[in-house]
Amino acid sequence: MTTLSIRHLYKEYGEQVVLENVNLEVKDNEFITIVGASGCGKTTFLRMLLGEEEPSRGTFLIDGTPLPNEPGPDRGIVFQRYSVFPHLTVLGNVLLGLELAAATLTGRLFGAQRRAALDQARDMLDSVGLSEAQDKYPHMLSGGMQQRLSIAQSVIKNPKVLLLDEPFAALDPGLSADMHKLILKLWERHKMNIFMITHDLKEGFELGTRLLVFDKVRLDPQAPGRFGATITYDIPLGVTGKKLFDELTTTTQRTERFVDHLAPA
Amino acid sequence: MRRIINLRPSSGSAALLAALPFFLLLIAYLLGSSARLAENPEDKLLPAFSKIGAAIQQYAIDPDPRSGEILLWADTAASLARLAWGLAISAVIGLTFGIVTGIIPYARAGLSPFIAALSLIPPLAILPILFIVFGLGELSKVVLIVIGIAPFLVRDLALRTAELPAEQIIKAQTLGASSWQLTLRVVLPQLLPRLLDSLRLSLGSAWLFLIAAEAIAAENGLGYRIFLIRRYLAMDVILPYVLWITLIAFAMDYLLRTVTRTAFPWYAGAGK
Repeated sequence: MTTLSIRHLYKEYGEQVVLENVNLEVKDNEFITIVGASGCGKTTFLRMLLGEEEPSRGTFLIDGTPLPNEPGPDRGIVFQRYSVFPHLTVLGNVLLGLELAAATLTGRLFGAQRRAALDQARDMLDSVGLSEAQDKYPHMLSGGMQQRLSIAQSVIKNPKVLLLDEPFAALDPGLSADMHKLILKLWERHKMNIFMITHDLKEGFELGTRLLVFDKVRLDPQAPGRFGATITYDIPLGVTGKKLFDELTTTTQRTERFVDHLAPA
Repeated sequence: MRRIINLRPSSGSAALLAALPFFLLLIAYLLGSSARLAENPEDKLLPAFSKIGAAIQQYAIDPDPRSGEILLWADTAASLARLAWGLAISAVIGLTFGIVTGIIPYARAGLSPFIAALSLIPPLAILPILFIVFGLGELSKVVLIVIGIAPFLVRDLALRTAELPAEQIIKAQTLGASSWQLTLRVVLPQLLPRLLDSLRLSLGSAWLFLIAAEAIAAENGLGYRIFLIRRYLAMDVILPYVLWITLIAFAMDYLLRTVTRTAFPWYAGAGK
């Protein structure tokens, strides 16, 4: 049972306001997709969830207590790339999380403990379809397989929250459907909260139970950094239609153009 | 006619081309040597191969009448021992300080400028200090090699540590890794092959410092011998010694490369 509660959250870097007045209540086992123009604080929001950044103002509670200010095992992450360990085999990558938890000093397991952990890791690999590849090194895998490995590596820790930072953006479009099926299956089985950032509005609509749009409400060309982004749409999914899709496409494109226009050449 | 940048030799002709400069050098030596010897049979600068052969016999095969040792082997053993100690100690220092300054921001803030300043001291300039402090024995020679290459290794490995993708470091923390576990299971194993790469790069400097130290104060060693017989213009001994040193350096480089490839099969593809 995990809940998140975010109230009047601001994130500023000096004069630059990135997020302003973000409010969000998350119930247990929600699958939240986050879309928005680039530069609208999606990644900053994710980094705050990770503990990489601290809020400038406001409260950010997980299960009623303030979010820790560094990454920890209760919040898993899958980045777009670089999030598997190149020096470990596929099996070793999945095993790592179990070894770190059980062996504080050596970070390695031996004997019966290792065999039990190996069984658990193999089951996990089985459920993401990587059993055949267990002895390979990550550089021998395709991009899609590497992402599945990264997901397996995080999910085996049973995190309360799983963060996905555009995990499928670098993959061939044909692969996304399979990856969507996989992530939904894991979400149902492991009962976690998922936050997934995506650039792809369609993906944001298809996956998940709730869609958040991060956008700037006020666009001031004289002081572009003066106003930050906030959550402009908070939509329970399953009730969406084409009209809403078009409306969101229009508004995010407007901000994207605004940001592009201001970006130094 | 195709552009010259698009013309590629076959593997056979590539081997021939590779051998050609060596062959030309040999020819040039023979011609120069016989021309000089024809003018002055006592010439020492470019000795005939027969003379070099006799010197090799004297130094590498027959025991020295005074000490009973075979000089080339005794010199090689002494030099390699110094080199091995110097490289091993530098590797440990490089790895320890490289990782610590690469991954702990407080250690980086405190130590990096100091190490950068240390690495600017010309090691040969403080060789007299080393002789004064550590005496003329083995220790001062090993210390010179360490002072010469350890700062480079530390800085290079700190850079390599900092180059590990931030995503990996964050991911390891979300898997529950402590700072120690992160170092042990994520950073150290990925730095070992990079350490071997850096060691290969510093082999040349290590030899330089070794020979310099031996030339100035030693009782044996490859560098000592070359500088000793220089007094007699004994090119027939110096030339084989230089060839031998080159061969050892090549073998060490080859060995390090082979170890990197076989012990870390993931390393070559890890850039992807």
